[in-house]
Amino acid sequence: MKIIVAGCGKIGTTIIASLSKEGHDIVALDISAKALEEITNIYDVMCICGASTDCNILSEAGVEQAELFVSVTGSDEINMLSCFLAKKMGAQNTISRIRSPHYNENSLGFVKQQLDLNVSINPEQMVARALYDILRFPSAVNIETFSARQFEMIELRLKPDSLFDGLSLAEIRKKYPGNYLIGMVQREDEIFIPDGNFVIRGGDKIGLTASPAEIQKLLKRLGLFQKQAKSVMILGASTTAYYLAKSLLATGHTVKIIDKDRERCEEISSQLPEAIVIYGDGAQQELLLEEGIATTDAFVSLTGIDEENILISIFANSLNVSKVITKVNRGELSTMAEKLGLETIVSPKKVVSDILSRHARAIQNSLGSNVERLYKLVDGRAEALEFKVTPDFEYQEVLLRDMKLKPNTLIAGIIRNKKPFIPSGNDFIMAGDRVVVLTAGQQMNDLSDIIR
Amino acid sequence: MNRRMIFYTLGKLLIALSALLVLPLAVSIYYKESCTLAFLITAAISLVMGLLLSKLLKPASHVIYAREGFAIVALVWLSMSAIGALPFVISGEIPSFADAFFETVSGFTTTGASILRDVESMSHGLLFWRSFTHWIGGMGVLVFVMALLPNVSDRSIHILRAEVPGPIVGKLVPRIKDTAKILYIIYIVLTVIQVIFLLAGGMSLFDSLLHAFGTAGTGGFSIKADGLAGYSPYLQWVIAIFMLIFGVNFNLYYFILIRKAKMAFQSRELWCYLGIVVVAVTAICINIYPMYENFAEVLRQAVFQVSSIITTTGYATTDFNLWPAFSKGVLFVLLFVGACAGSTAGGLKISRVMLVFKIIGREIRRLIHPRSVAKVKLEGKSVDEATLDGVTTYFAVYMIGIIATFLVLSAEPFGIETNFSAAVSCFNNVGPGFAGVGPMSSYADYSAFSKIVMSLAMLLGRLEIYPLLIVFIPSFWKKD
Repeated sequence: MKIIVAGCGKIGTTIIASLSKEGHDIVALDISAKALEEITNIYDVMCICGASTDCNILSEAGVEQAELFVSVTGSDEINMLSCFLAKKMGAQNTISRIRSPHYNENSLGFVKQQLDLNVSINPEQMVARALYDILRFPSAVNIETFSARQFEMIELRLKPDSLFDGLSLAEIRKKYPGNYLIGMVQREDEIFIPDGNFVIRGGDKIGLTASPAEIQKLLKRLGLFQKQAKSVMILGASTTAYYLAKSLLATGHTVKIIDKDRERCEEISSQLPEAIVIYGDGAQQELLLEEGIATTDAFVSLTGIDEENILISIFANSLNVSKVITKVNRGELSTMAEKLGLETIVSPKKVVSDILSRHARAIQNSLGSNVERLYKLVDGRAEALEFKVTPDFEYQEVLLRDMKLKPNTLIAGIIRNKKPFIPSGNDFIMAGDRVVVLTAGQQMNDLSDIIR
Repeated sequence: MNRRMIFYTLGKLLIALSALLVLPLAVSIYYKESCTLAFLITAAISLVMGLLLSKLLKPASHVIYAREGFAIVALVWLSMSAIGALPFVISGEIPSFADAFFETVSGFTTTGASILRDVESMSHGLLFWRSFTHWIGGMGVLVFVMALLPNVSDRSIHILRAEVPGPIVGKLVPRIKDTAKILYIIYIVLTVIQVIFLLAGGMSLFDSLLHAFGTAGTGGFSIKADGLAGYSPYLQWVIAIFMLIFGVNFNLYYFILIRKAKMAFQSRELWCYLGIVVVAVTAICINIYPMYENFAEVLRQAVFQVSSIITTTGYATTDFNLWPAFSKGVLFVLLFVGACAGSTAGGLKISRVMLVFKIIGREIRRLIHPRSVAKVKLEGKSVDEATLDGVTTYFAVYMIGIIATFLVLSAEPFGIETNFSAAVSCFNNVGPGFAGVGPMSSYADYSAFSKIVMSLAMLLGRLEIYPLLIVFIPSFWKKD
């Protein structure tokens, strides 16, 4: 599939990296020759230096044949205009990054309709959403939610003395019955889609799928349940912080935001009058202690500098803050941060590349889009996907035990009439269902791709 | 440094080379010649070495950087030339290895300089192989391999950059593999069209193929003692025009293919190239007018020789050694220029010459207005400073290379005109020079040592110096 990506900043580069891995023909546009040089050296894509709002440049990039045009430059207005031009010139689908709250809160629907945009993405808001989900279940390392939040996959890091240690999945199911499924296990650098005989060990990172209520029940039995974080301290008054604080405040949390830029502090305080906004340098431990970092339920580090986020999070960890979340942009740093003992790391890049991979696959799928959600797990080596079953799905009402699935592939859940359940061999798939599939090492565009 | 990947790619290349050797093998079988065995042995050696390298040295990682790209290209060209020389030696038709190596390098680098005194006595199979090396080397053998191999590394742009000549190497389409395919398809189609035109003029199929190979790769090995002088004016015109066609940047043909002909004809380099040809032809026409009977012949001789030299092909329809000094001077200057970047021609390349003049112009402006800020533009786009630095240093290294080659050749008992034109001609992959190495003579009289030096000069010229230069620097190979 031919894809044009305009803007090769952090987000653009991530998109190019993940889409080129999936085998698309990519043309990268940027006004900076330097940014492009890095990209041509690493990825097999064509680079064109120029403004994405220039019709000649767009035509040179072959916009007429492009199936997807993605604009992720730093400016919302440039993104909108280039997507508009691309669409008029013949691009089939357009995705624009629109991140300013002005657009997102007031005029997004109108703008999207008028510009004929297919999708607008707001990385800051998506990251804020992911952070918010984790704060609801502080014991999880990561949470992915499926349709209408009726079904979730949470990733947990098991303690060495965990109750699951040494038990096989079949034994766990007997000992702790419930409507849940352990669908993925990460042990050191290896990833497994386990079967009943798989033995869990302490220290594993497991992926658990179930409805939120079931997850809560199970966590309570395991003694892992942590109360929802009530008070949250956020470092860095970025746009992400704004979105996160807004949803936290709406659900009754207390939020404290610290930033070292006076103007930014004033701005966010006028936008969110209920939040406590502190003007000061978060890198100073004294200031953090004074503001009560030691007693807060959760600490979220969202400054623009990865290194600062990592160091301050380590400090917060040392004070036994019950939940510390670190935002890390650069991939290599996030692996390092994990080694340094930081458990919950959120990467804006990953959030964005997930959503783009999903759209690209949905467009590629000739049967019409039925990948509804896609999450890449463990550096993209495994994926969790949600499909909507169309009436022309071939294997309807075939018992799951009679279906021959590809290796390392698992049907982790079915949502029927808004009710999720974990399927057994005697269940089947029906049109209208939403099916959650876990897979490692396979690329799926369509639900029928799960069949061997 | 990913050494395994370097040798693995080399192995793949040798396998491809053994496959390419099947063609001359078939020719020699068809003509029932004794060189059949030589081709069989060479193909077998190449295949076995290729299989050994690519099976034993399976690389753990396919990631390569610019330096691996350089090393791959340099090693591939050296080993390809050494193996390509074997059929000549084994068959005994060119018994000395230095001679055979010279001839093969001259073939692959599309130079067309020959050490053969009596080319007409060679067997068909070897003649075919000799011209076929032009065709392989013209577009680049690694580009060929990239077009065929499944899942090439994402970073093979480094190989493309090192092998394809020109100051700026770009892609036509997002994927390198598809770019390589498109280039080869254009190359093959143009070659076939030329063969058809030659056949229509009454040339035999064998001669048509060989001349088309020589023209397409801008090589210029001729298979007759008097070059192309014996062929009809029609055939000479066909070859002259096709030489010019192969001297144009292939990207422009792609633009025409995707119906963006306007973009192709906006190319400044193209107009500059054609402009130089017209000026040179006019100057020579006036100068040599008294030597020939009618204007048609004057024009034909001038056009043929000019396009042959500017595209660095090196075919000749007349002994231009006998032309007046002015015409020879014009041709001598054209030896340096070369044709468009992104074509199969050698030399400095028009776009690089254009940049050199633009840089000079900017420097002069800077002397007059010391605070002036000026961006150098090429094809309507500003060229970044790193590329400009690259062009100026390349120009310096290129001159040093020619002078060094000339210095080594000066030890030979020939005149300055012979030696200097030989150095320039080899370095620019043209073929013929002046005086002792003129179009109707050969390089046979040089010593074995000088032949090896000239072979290296040809490789330096074809690979645009750096890839080959770098692998001879010890610190390049150090582990780090």
